[in-house]
Amino acid sequence: MENILQQIGIENYIYLSTLLFCVGAFGVLYRRNAIVMFMSIEIMLNAVNLLLVAFSTYHQDAAGQVFVFFSMAVAAAEVAVGLAILVAIYRNLNNIDIDSLKKLKG
Amino acid sequence: MTTLIAIAGLGIICLIAEIFNLRKAIVPVSIIGLLAILGLNITELNLVGSTYYNNMIVENNYSRIFSALFIVLTTFLVALSPEFHKNHKTKISDFVAIKLFLLAGAVAMVSFGNLAMFFLGIEILSISLYILAASEPKNVSSNEAGMKYFLMGSFASGVILFGIALIYGATGSFDVETIYNTVSGGNIPGWFFIGIVLLTIGLLFKIAAVPFHFWAPDVYEGSPALTTATMSTLAKVAAMAAFFKLMKGLNHEVPGTYVTIIIIVSALSMFVGNLMALKQSNVKRMLAFSGISHAGFMLMVFLSPPTTTGVLFYYAAAYGLAGIAAFAVVLSVCGNKGNEEIYNFNGLGKTHPLMAAVLTCSLLSMAGIPIFSGFFAKFFLFGEVLRAGQVAIVIIAVVNSIISVGYYFKLILAMYTKDSTEEKQAVPFAYSVVAVVAILLNIALGLYPDLVLGYL
Repeated sequence: MENILQQIGIENYIYLSTLLFCVGAFGVLYRRNAIVMFMSIEIMLNAVNLLLVAFSTYHQDAAGQVFVFFSMAVAAAEVAVGLAILVAIYRNLNNIDIDSLKKLKG
Repeated sequence: MTTLIAIAGLGIICLIAEIFNLRKAIVPVSIIGLLAILGLNITELNLVGSTYYNNMIVENNYSRIFSALFIVLTTFLVALSPEFHKNHKTKISDFVAIKLFLLAGAVAMVSFGNLAMFFLGIEILSISLYILAASEPKNVSSNEAGMKYFLMGSFASGVILFGIALIYGATGSFDVETIYNTVSGGNIPGWFFIGIVLLTIGLLFKIAAVPFHFWAPDVYEGSPALTTATMSTLAKVAAMAAFFKLMKGLNHEVPGTYVTIIIIVSALSMFVGNLMALKQSNVKRMLAFSGISHAGFMLMVFLSPPTTTGVLFYYAAAYGLAGIAAFAVVLSVCGNKGNEEIYNFNGLGKTHPLMAAVLTCSLLSMAGIPIFSGFFAKFFLFGEVLRAGQVAIVIIAVVNSIISVGYYFKLILAMYTKDSTEEKQAVPFAYSVVAVVAILLNIALGLYPDLVLGYL
């Protein structure tokens, strides 16, 4: 059986992950809606998960796939805290636009 | 290993104590528990390094002595908690438990042997801090600080994770020792270096070094003061220690380009931190910029990694203890004023001579005036960096030490030359005890540096 990874090539997986990671990073930098920013951060983390799984197959080593479980669990915990902060903000300001948070300056 | 398990266990005991209505016992039990863990940790010093769980955790003197420092800092922070949260008595178990879990993350960050453990440690520390930064849900500043810290922190975590993935791709392992051996064997793909750069960027975010510092002043100002104390002492020192261990573990020699980058980042951090601090009127914000400049000083240890391990610990301990003492005074002065402007400190030298003296000592220690450990920390650091042949950065660092005296003395002058406009208020007992003990430890460290330098 031919290995799909050898047909496609590991570089292309790296390019795809890097592209997804950049999409996420630019989403965080340019979007002003907090929920969309959270989604962008998730895209960044999932780009990394994709890369880890690809490398795991490339090296024939299960550690990469196990690491993905860690990073998924961490991402879930992180976003739970983020959403809690977002709810607190919504209760105070009645919107979730990140630009309305500009009390701290100097 | 036992240290890490005991700390996590103590955190869970705190949460359970709340269920069984033992709220009054939480803080005393945590402090006694932390001191017991500290004792356990110190008795293990000088034992042979050991590894646990397939090299996931590697314990040696480096991890043990830094864990000891983190435990001391957390003990102080827990001791400050009940007074600071006296209006939220029902939530004290959460605040203390989160601080203990944060400590567990910090200990994991210095005793990792595998990048998975390193990542978990840094995330445990960060997530606890997001919660603490946003822990005043009705206060918009606290919300904003929590949100900014969360966005910046998870962005940095994403970058760190990407770096880890690339390093894994290049070497086929998460184990730091295996990576080190693979790299020394030569013939590694270029992704490895991209991975190292991404890891560096992520960690520079966490220690708030220029140009990745912009979140720090806002987050420090908006968070509740006790959280600011946690971030500027425990979190910064832990991130720095993890950064040093990681770079020492992964690179068998620091390449020249990396040294150049470190010099530039360190010099920029010092200049931006100190110059911006000069024009601040909010003490928390000023201490945030001061923390940025101290991150710049601490980054200098990378210029001579084999010999600066002890110096890094000494600097971190001096900075952490001075920071705790300073924040204990800030908490006692500004506790119920709702802001931390400098005018709150007017006349403190007459109304509360002890607190004013402690704050003066801690600021002098941060500025690097002799007999305080801050001076000896800078002295040893500059000595080692000079020995490594980096004269320019030492000159920049000395100039910056002089600049920093400017804003530290702004606060000292306010305390001693201006008159108080308000009535005298009693200083809570816990604050004065923590402030005095922290500053005494700082001075003791200054007088007897061999106490800690002998272990590294």
